[in-house]
Amino acid sequence: MKQVFDRPRTLLDARFHYCPGCHHGTIHRIIAETLDRMELRENTIGIAPVGCAVMLYDYMDIDILEAPHGRAPALATGIKRSLPDRVVFTYQGDGDLASIGMGEIVHAANRGENITVVFVNNTTYGMTGGQMAPTTLLGQKTTTSPFGRDFRTEGYPIRMAELLAGLEGVAYSTRVTVSSPAHIRKAKEAIRKGFEMQLKGMGFSIIEVLSTCPTNWGMKPLDAQKRVLGEMAEYFPLGVFKERKQADFA
Amino acid sequence: MATGRIEIDFERCKACELCVPVCPKNCIEMGKEINRQGYTAAVFARPDDCTGCALCAETCPDVCIRVWR
Ligand SMILES: Cc1ncc(C[n+]2csc(CCOP(=O)(O)OP(=O)(O)O)c2C)c(N)n1
Ligand code: SF4
Repeated sequence: MKQVFDRPRTLLDARFHYCPGCHHGTIHRIIAETLDRMELRENTIGIAPVGCAVMLYDYMDIDILEAPHGRAPALATGIKRSLPDRVVFTYQGDGDLASIGMGEIVHAANRGENITVVFVNNTTYGMTGGQMAPTTLLGQKTTTSPFGRDFRTEGYPIRMAELLAGLEGVAYSTRVTVSSPAHIRKAKEAIRKGFEMQLKGMGFSIIEVLSTCPTNWGMKPLDAQKRVLGEMAEYFPLGVFKERKQADFA
Repeated sequence: MATGRIEIDFERCKACELCVPVCPKNCIEMGKEINRQGYTAAVFARPDDCTGCALCAETCPDVCIRVWR
């Protein structure tokens, strides 16, 4: 028998600090696998967020910078513009990207910055103890919406992949999950496509990944995965919202 | 006869249980022994049925599983 599955080379040997069953680990691994497969490890710069994934630099064997909360797209812009031959990606949670970082992400996307964004939507602020995020579902109880999110006071959950797909500068916008092996395969494909678009200079790409936060949802990891494929995917549909073809690109 | 084999890293496992239902051959179950992190790690309980399909390894968020086929 020969070995058919091992840790990707781009993933360091460190143990993830994430809670049991948290999908941040899976998402890290598939990014690392994709960088291996595309032979981009030596040529990639990542931007870590503020949020549970803040220590991304401890887990991947590539250059990683840490941005202030929500500012990863601005930092990525500067790096990509000064080092255009590198592949530059940000890794951001929904509190980071869609709340405090809403300005940065919208303008980076609208400018068509040639970067790739991996957006981890777990409908809550994980790191700080489960506060309401812009993506929190209606009726979802969090520490700051103890009776459930109500649109009359907190508005509606924001569909970021669709919102950004409406901007001219965006080359690729998709939503995936990692809640089953089949979904993981599709998510890997989406991340590969994001990096490919960047290599071709086609502009901004965003891969939104519906993820779990079993701890702050108060759920067992298996039930949390079911929630992703159930009520989350119902409100945040999976699919491709924009995909620029080489031919459209002057 | 098993056509595959896995190894679960006992100390790395956080007992999230995601690998258990994903195995089409039911090879994995939750163990009783507690690791250094304080979790009752998953164990490769029925190695004879393993086909090395790697669905467990694809699923494990902590990258605890290595697969041979
Ligand atoms: C400027 C600033 N404001 C607020 C915080 C506190 N803070 C840390 S993490 C976080 C939210 C993280 O949530 P999310 O981006 O959804 O990531 P997750 O932890 O769920 O992966 C907040 C508000 C901070 N670190 N810096
Ligand atoms: S708090 Fe939530 S997002 Fe953070 S590591 Fe735990 S499960 Fe993951």
